[in-house]
Amino acid sequence: MTEATIALARRDHQAAYRASTFADVLGSEWVKLRSVRSTFWALTVTVVLGIGLGAVISAATAHAYARLSASGKLSWDPTGISQSGVAIASVAIVVLGVLCVSSEYSSGMIRTSLIAVPKRGRVLAAKSLVFAVATFVVGEVVCFAAFFVGQALISGHAPHAALGDPGVARAVVGGGLYLAVLAVLSVAAGALLRHAAAAITCMVAVLFVLPGIAQALPDSWRNPVTEFWPTQAGSQLTNVYHSAHTLQPWPGFGVMCLFVALVYGIAWTLLDRRDA
Amino acid sequence: MIEAHGLVKRYGSTMAVNDLSFSIRPGMVTGFLGPNGAGKTTTMRMILGLDAPTQGSVTVGGRSYRDLPAPMREVGALLDAKALHGGRQARDHLLCLARSNGIPSSRVDEVLRIVGLESAARRQAKGLSLGMGQRLGIASALLGDPAVLIFDEPVNGLDPDGIHWIRTLMRQLAAEGRTVLVSSHLMSEMALTADHLLVIGKGQLIADTSVDEFVRSSSQQSVHVRSPQAAELAALCRDAGATVRAGSTSRAAAAPVAGTDIGTGSDVIEVTGMDNAEVGRLAAGHGFVLFELIPVRASLEEAFMELTRESVDYQAVGATR
Repeated sequence: MTEATIALARRDHQAAYRASTFADVLGSEWVKLRSVRSTFWALTVTVVLGIGLGAVISAATAHAYARLSASGKLSWDPTGISQSGVAIASVAIVVLGVLCVSSEYSSGMIRTSLIAVPKRGRVLAAKSLVFAVATFVVGEVVCFAAFFVGQALISGHAPHAALGDPGVARAVVGGGLYLAVLAVLSVAAGALLRHAAAAITCMVAVLFVLPGIAQALPDSWRNPVTEFWPTQAGSQLTNVYHSAHTLQPWPGFGVMCLFVALVYGIAWTLLDRRDA
Repeated sequence: MIEAHGLVKRYGSTMAVNDLSFSIRPGMVTGFLGPNGAGKTTTMRMILGLDAPTQGSVTVGGRSYRDLPAPMREVGALLDAKALHGGRQARDHLLCLARSNGIPSSRVDEVLRIVGLESAARRQAKGLSLGMGQRLGIASALLGDPAVLIFDEPVNGLDPDGIHWIRTLMRQLAAEGRTVLVSSHLMSEMALTADHLLVIGKGQLIADTSVDEFVRSSSQQSVHVRSPQAAELAALCRDAGATVRAGSTSRAAAAPVAGTDIGTGSDVIEVTGMDNAEVGRLAAGHGFVLFELIPVRASLEEAFMELTRESVDYQAVGATR
């Protein structure tokens, strides 16, 4: 290392710098997201599980269609079957969403980030937005690919769906939207709890465990839970057919958005107030 | 320019920083000195908006850190070089920081060159050695070409080469007219780097002074005298207003000269409040014989320990001097 000359830049650009904007912070969070390997792996898992599992389940159920009972044939939902890998793929999104915040806490990067951007709300907003948009893009690709692959495998063995059928396009597009909102919830949970294990456990409980427990409850308890539980309500957007004791697609999605907004608000407030 | 007014930080019942006020001026290196746990890092965290003060305020260039329009353009900070995502490449780490403050990516390559990490730009942060990690941290502080720089214990764990490099860099940054605040728990390190000192202990300001002033005021300056008429000389010195105590023979014993007879201690005195010339003249005026007349100046380290002795939180048994 040459010791004598530490050629520091002349301080001429110091005079005319501009204020940092939200767009700058978005750019920063995009660099962060794309520069770690966990992003690549989590999104790969999302794509593989979302499309692959959907294809396997589509092919298997289509071959079993002939043996279905009359009522089974009546509730035949080729769109839903082709999208069945998306629910599992959502776990990868949840893990990545939590990690992109919790890893900053575990590594100490959060302090470096907040020194660079002391307006903390901006960091959380930019992180959520960048991750939600990335998830939305990947999610739509997965949902449409799973739909087309699934229908191709179903056709010939059982009635299949087309995007022009009532509610189908909304359900497929809804899959990406649902994942994007889930992405925001995961980031908020990560910021709120600051530890990966705690945040991922909470997210899995919200997504799978608590709705599962509700199934064991008597009807008078179960029905309101399945109707209003945020992730259950939100997933109505991805369903073509409406079943009893569930909200309509868009109101259901609205309930989920409200819940996410609430959690996000708490995360925002705590991030702003806590010592980092 | 960093200014603190009545800064207080309390964690539960622990007072980490207690009514700290100071102003740190540009164009010089200010050493922020104190024993471990004195509140140096907490104070720096408050300057950088990571911790909210319980009371009081601190501003950088007249504004609270959170209100700076592009913080990295005004303040460069290195609190902990390990505070980064280990899986990210060095250049990407700097790039995400640069982006957040609207700093062009050309500046990223520039700072990599300044700290000598060009060849490690594509290496993952966790694979960097301690010294390289420290250089990466300094690169991030320099990104915005800021007028104020804050470094928390930057030489901790570095090899002599790295220490020398950081020292030179600090001096250069200050020479360019920037405000440089460097914390350390090593007085000897500060003596080589700093122009000005802020000394804290148990969260309170003990001294805010130039390095020279600090040594002059806090070190016990005394004159070591060995004379067969030590007792008489001691009386004269006391009359002249000086403080005299029986000296040890350690000074002579530390540098024994062949043929000199090692004093028993009864003929050695330590005079404080007079310099060696005054003691010499006084002795000559009365015809006293002097064997030794040595001005004794405490080292910076001793001065620092003297000053902070009362405020060290944990002191090992047997370490009391």
